[in-house]
Amino acid sequence: MCGIVGLFCKTPTHRHELGRLTEVMLGEMGDRGPDSAGFAVYDADTPDRIRITVLAEGLSVDWGPVAADLEAALAAEVTVRAVHDHAVFSTDGDGRTARQWLIDNVAGATVLAYGSQIELYKAVGYPDQVAERYDLASRTGTHALAHTRMATESAITTAGSHPFATGADTCLVHNGSLSNHNRLRRFLEAHGESFQTENDSEVAAGYLSWRIRSGDTISEALEGALGDLDGFYTFAIGVADGFAILRDPIACKPAVVAETDDWVAMSSEYRAIARLPGALDAEVWEPEPARIYTWSLAA
Amino acid sequence: MSAAVRTFDLAESSRRKLNQALHDAADGESFEVVNPRGAHAVACGITADIDVVVRGSVGYYGAGMHQRGRVLIEGNASTGLAENIMSGEVRISGNATMSAGATGCGGLLVVGGNAGARCGISMKGVDIVVGGNVGHMSAFMAQAGNLVVCGDAAADLGDSIYEAQIFVRGEVESLGADCVRKEMRPEHVETVAGLLAAAGEAAHGADPGDFRRYGSARRLYNFTIDDVDAAQAAVRAEGGDRR
Repeated sequence: MCGIVGLFCKTPTHRHELGRLTEVMLGEMGDRGPDSAGFAVYDADTPDRIRITVLAEGLSVDWGPVAADLEAALAAEVTVRAVHDHAVFSTDGDGRTARQWLIDNVAGATVLAYGSQIELYKAVGYPDQVAERYDLASRTGTHALAHTRMATESAITTAGSHPFATGADTCLVHNGSLSNHNRLRRFLEAHGESFQTENDSEVAAGYLSWRIRSGDTISEALEGALGDLDGFYTFAIGVADGFAILRDPIACKPAVVAETDDWVAMSSEYRAIARLPGALDAEVWEPEPARIYTWSLAA
Repeated sequence: MSAAVRTFDLAESSRRKLNQALHDAADGESFEVVNPRGAHAVACGITADIDVVVRGSVGYYGAGMHQRGRVLIEGNASTGLAENIMSGEVRISGNATMSAGATGCGGLLVVGGNAGARCGISMKGVDIVVGGNVGHMSAFMAQAGNLVVCGDAAADLGDSIYEAQIFVRGEVESLGADCVRKEMRPEHVETVAGLLAAAGEAAHGADPGDFRRYGSARRLYNFTIDDVDAAQAAVRAEGGDRR
């Protein structure tokens, strides 16, 4: 099944409690998939720097020397802080270069996300435990995506958990399964994307990253996805200044959206939305199959 | 009908307690459910002649496996509203998502707003009235009963339909395999008029004469392997192999 949730704060009203509200939504979806969970939060805390979130599950890494080596490789200042088995690097250097350097030079580590606004955490276990361990509740920001997984297309591992982010500030959660991900992964690798798992949803994230890197808007990238991705999907997508939803043309995988003047929320089920402030007065609707929905902070 | 209405607050009481009370109820009792907050299986499996009002939106299988009584949901419903309804009535003021009235064998389902994909899939005798639109592949393999749509129908309406009847007032995006438009004779207008009257306000005063009728061309369901070429040609002719 899997459960996905997304919350996009259109106004500042709820940005101070973005993490807490996302945790409540994610917890409600826990019985749609208890295998693993993850979340991505977008904030504007350090807009002039790139943050890179790295997972080093089961490893004992001394992050200080890694940061020093990365600093030398980027020829730019790098700081790092550890959050349990995750580390968040911060630099004024190039994010894409830093991502690839960390993939190539920290054996066993997975780079979960990079960008000026995104941090991303994931782990095996119940969603409420994962949220608590990485302190989702205290997070502030503009928008967040979260996922609780029932593993089908690849094993129950932290690396196979959602969200997936392969490009700058571009992140995706997926309910469903893709059937052409192996061929598409080879195509994208030939076009400069690098993947760290065998997971189908990572390929979808890589596809969007590739399109956006090639100059597409998120809407154009999703228009392409409708033609190029084969399978079942409800996606919630985050970008630096926006939020998007797309369902496949058959639309077997559930989705519900609610919108108020202050926020847009998306979830697999309404009961996650029912817990939000103002939910009873929200406009509630089901996203149509094969239709692209986007919201932008700039709008 | 008894005067007292028993109220269950799902913010405090469990859904299991609610459903047990509904199953234990005697004919004529009335119930009110508050704070459903999208919970699954609210008011499922009713068999007594009771009245239940749910104030808010429900999750999956709301009023599922319903018999005899009347359930009114003031809100929206998730997948499988009134699934396998046998008799009685289920009404919802708002929208229902996928598979509303699926496999229903009898009774009446009224959706005030829109119904999503596969409304009335495999319906076997239920009458469904939708005040708004229905999603794609509605009345898929529908066997008996009536689906009345006051708004529009999305793609592949009535795919592989058997003997159910579909009535649509608005636009039909496309018909599914073996589903064709049929003549609207006086008895069909009468059928629609009766169902619109039963639906009440949800029908928004629709005129029975404005509906078109759709049903089976009967080219697919007496299938033998010797007819495979003809059947495939019929599917192609109806555009059924489009996706």
